[in-house]
Amino acid sequence: MSDRITTADVVKVAKLARLDLAPQEIERMTAQLDGMLEHFADMDALDLSHVAPMTQPYPLRNVFRDDVVQPGLDREEVLAAAPRVEEGRFHVPPIIGLDS
Amino acid sequence: MSQATSTPAPGAVQVRTDREVHDDALHADRLLEGGWELIVGLEVHVELDTATKLFSASPNRFGDDPNTNIDPVTLGLPGALPVLNKHAVELAMRIGAALNCTIQACTFHRKNYFYPDMPKAYQISQYDQPLNVDGFLDLPNGVRIGVERAHLEEDTGKSTHVGGSGGRIHGSDYSLIDFNRAGVPLVEIVSRPDIRTSEEARQYVTELRAILVAVGASDAKMEEGSMRCDANVSVHKPGTPFGTRCEIKNVNSVRSLGRAIDYEARRQIAMIEAGETVRQETRHWDENDGRTHTLRTKEDADDYRYFLEPDLVPLEPSAQWIAEVREALPLLPGARRARLGELTAMAPDSEAIMVVVERGQDEYVEAVGHLGGDIGRAVVHVKEAFAEQGSEPAVPATDLALLTKLEVSGKLTATQAKTVLAELVANGGGDAEAIAAAKGFEAMDTSALEAMVDQAIAAQPDAWAKYCAGEGKAMGALVGAVMKASQGKADGKIVTALLEQKKG
Amino acid sequence: MSGAPAPQAATAAAIAAQVRSGALKAVDVVEQHLARIDAREGEIHAFNLVMADQARAAAAAIDARVAAGEQVGPLAGVPIALKDNMCTRGVPTTCSSKILDGWRPPYDATVVTKLAEAGAIVIGKTNLDEFAMGSSTENSGFGPTRNPHDTSRVPGGSSGGSAAAVAAGFSAVSLGSDTGGSIRQPAALCGVVGVKPTYGYVSRYGLIAFASSLDQIGPFATTVEDAALVLDAIGGHDAHDSTSIPESHPSLVDVLDRGVEGLRVGRITDLPEGADPDVVERLEAAFDALRAAGATIVDVEVPAFGYALTAYYLIAPAEASSNLARFDGVRFGLRVDSPDTNSMYSATRAAGFGEEVKRRIMLGTYALSAGYYDAYYGRALKVRKLIHDDFARAYQSADVLLTPTSPTVAFPFGAKGDNPLAMYLCDLYTIPTNLAGHPGMSVPFGTGADGLPVGVQILAGTLDEPTMFRVGAALERAAASEGSRP
Ligand SMILES: [Mg+2]
Ligand SMILES: [Zn+2]
Repeated sequence: MSDRITTADVVKVAKLARLDLAPQEIERMTAQLDGMLEHFADMDALDLSHVAPMTQPYPLRNVFRDDVVQPGLDREEVLAAAPRVEEGRFHVPPIIGLDS
Repeated sequence: MSQATSTPAPGAVQVRTDREVHDDALHADRLLEGGWELIVGLEVHVELDTATKLFSASPNRFGDDPNTNIDPVTLGLPGALPVLNKHAVELAMRIGAALNCTIQACTFHRKNYFYPDMPKAYQISQYDQPLNVDGFLDLPNGVRIGVERAHLEEDTGKSTHVGGSGGRIHGSDYSLIDFNRAGVPLVEIVSRPDIRTSEEARQYVTELRAILVAVGASDAKMEEGSMRCDANVSVHKPGTPFGTRCEIKNVNSVRSLGRAIDYEARRQIAMIEAGETVRQETRHWDENDGRTHTLRTKEDADDYRYFLEPDLVPLEPSAQWIAEVREALPLLPGARRARLGELTAMAPDSEAIMVVVERGQDEYVEAVGHLGGDIGRAVVHVKEAFAEQGSEPAVPATDLALLTKLEVSGKLTATQAKTVLAELVANGGGDAEAIAAAKGFEAMDTSALEAMVDQAIAAQPDAWAKYCAGEGKAMGALVGAVMKASQGKADGKIVTALLEQKKG
Repeated sequence: MSGAPAPQAATAAAIAAQVRSGALKAVDVVEQHLARIDAREGEIHAFNLVMADQARAAAAAIDARVAAGEQVGPLAGVPIALKDNMCTRGVPTTCSSKILDGWRPPYDATVVTKLAEAGAIVIGKTNLDEFAMGSSTENSGFGPTRNPHDTSRVPGGSSGGSAAAVAAGFSAVSLGSDTGGSIRQPAALCGVVGVKPTYGYVSRYGLIAFASSLDQIGPFATTVEDAALVLDAIGGHDAHDSTSIPESHPSLVDVLDRGVEGLRVGRITDLPEGADPDVVERLEAAFDALRAAGATIVDVEVPAFGYALTAYYLIAPAEASSNLARFDGVRFGLRVDSPDTNSMYSATRAAGFGEEVKRRIMLGTYALSAGYYDAYYGRALKVRKLIHDDFARAYQSADVLLTPTSPTVAFPFGAKGDNPLAMYLCDLYTIPTNLAGHPGMSVPFGTGADGLPVGVQILAGTLDEPTMFRVGAALERAAASEGSRP
């Protein structure tokens, strides 16, 4: 296997993506991602130095909304779909090791 | 934010590369003890005063029941898409114009990170092409603070931490999320690292707040969180590269800002002087213990994976729109202070002018001037007596004009004028002349005063001799005697002038 | 193997005309379709949810309006199936993912609202590759869909359920979403018409995003006319989608019989190889048919075509990694209880997402992460520009381009094994047009190996749906006359 992507990279990316991957999954994922990146190296053959990136297919500009309130969602309907709620709010386990 | 650094040649005069040379005069008084220099840059988030959110039509309203101002976009529901609020853009442009920024074509990016009050797990913000760049803000004393950028972004929801040690995030049992605030339009105003003292930081935030209110962009209330401030703080010895900076979060008032910066500066200086190294990190200001605490270090900083928001299109305000916004700007606090300074020959950053402009009473004072009143006296009276009056005082400008005219013509002494002013304020106006007459304040002409001065000199020869010998303290006894004889109607300034005359 | 699909019922156009005139009751139309579903859905598994009661009620309401003399819209009484990644208020919408199992959106997608206004009757939510990531519908969290032409084979994907529903006669028409071929490829494999319109033609509001700059909703139908009818109903500007094209679109139904006389049909001379001989043979037959109908065949080059797969598999996963971050167990969907928020996120997402979704989230997160952005995502955006510009140049000398839709006919379950790239190659010919933002459609054009349907792909420039549909209609006519030959 080449050094395009390592197990350590995959572990790091899984953490960023908030995906709990089992060790075998990490292994398999590393091999598969490496295989893809190898294939994607085909674009290294292209001279892209003078090419502008294309981010959207249709060239629109200045799409706005007027600052007018429209009816929103019913709180009870929304909360009914939530895994856990308390006093009209969404309940989450303690937040640790994160920005506040 | 990047802080410029410079490495001086050995033995060279200390050179600052990040500031204009003329600022060096101010330099010496802006150093901390031990020759340390404080370097501060501020990031101020301000909520815009719109009816709806930045990307959806749900209400932007503070204080409602939790999760009542919600819609699919606010909640980041699957399938929801953002649409930009034109009025929010207009307010952001006003801020850019008021901060002397270039207003430019710009784009929106996604800043990806997971947090329970961030519904989509990304914040739509502006990254390498913000709306407003390269501006500045002049402090009342003339010090210019650069503004790197002022960009649009969306606010997060609000987490309440339950259990553990009382509402603090650390050690809480769980958290409850309210998304009413999620998606509220924010402008993040990033200063250059041009601030050198905690007092300047306070002045910057105070002045910025006044500007934001003046242009109608925000109510900018730090106590309600509609204006929030993070400080990037570092210390160094002038002429050496900038030190490692720490970002201080959770500063909830102008007073706390000063305290937090001072604390952080002392902490960093103590570390360096003890031979330790300051770590780059984000720190949390704790109002209760008056300290900053590590929140996260650079090592566990998230990788935000910024990329262009594909659900939005570029924002390119036309030259005409930008011109319209600039033209429609009201006179800003700095210009209003300068104008009042010119009209009164007082310093624009004198306390009276600062206060009067802050209260928005400068137009009133100018009206007093237009009505033939004395603007200088009006400024002082308004500053002293109109604290409760707001920008449209109940006392008619003509009434205050008359009062100042009576003072200038010597018909009322300063002391008498104060009494009449109190009456005007209590009654919401009135005829100053009539009030003065009713109080028995009558004009005292100079000949009558002269006689009283002569009497006082005659009665206290010792005091007179000492006064003539240059002992200032002796004047008090002589003036006091005249005031007593005139039953308080004498103008102290005129009495002093007469004494000086007689001294020859 | 289980033989041919049920004989196709009336087209949407015919149903709507008869329902409007009162000659046919919408409730009867719905019952006929529900009966077909009853007969074969167990075998096909086109649906995540059959909405029998709602469909009956909606049909009764249409009939009542017809009886009252009201206008009932161009799709009056037409049963339509929706890919289960379009939000339907109060009706489960799953993206065929366990992470959304049981979620009932509190709002309707814009296309759902427009269909209701047009009088269409939603008969069910169809199966897909989880979050539309796949080309066989094998990646569904709720089991695969089978190809009605041969149940040992895949229907294609990711809109496999919607393609199969139309092919099996479960609904007259259906909606899919196409990010890299997810409408056209299953249309080809199931022998139906499938259209991906110009990016921005149909509102994405309420479509659960896979890759925002590539996703488009479009129709499946048994005829080109039905596809036009549906696209006319769901297309047009939507203020809820900032990328929605503001200009109004001309009616596509109106252009269908204009023929192809004088049109220039492009053959891409540097098209990447990989199509099976039976597929290539049908493509050649299509060129011949169009030439016979009066079109001119011209050679064009699209040099960057072959790099589309790379650009796509960096751009789409990058956007997906961000779009799918909202599935965090806080506000809706699955949550796996954990001692703190971070572990709750990781456990929930690990349990809720299937393997292919995880793989693409990982790939996309990697492509965007610090240190790799320029090498992967940044370069992919430039390749996208090359592809776009190459197509733009090609459309200066050709009005439309013709390619295979899929390199192969429908393949057996498990045929692509464990190699994700093998599956990705299914979309070799469909992906470039998503990157360019142009329209594309697949029209059935006879059969290939094992008598399985083959589709021909028609590509056109931005907003040139009218020309694309004219060519589609011409191919359909040619296929019909070919089929009627002894
Ligand atoms: Mg910031
Ligand atoms: Zn910010």
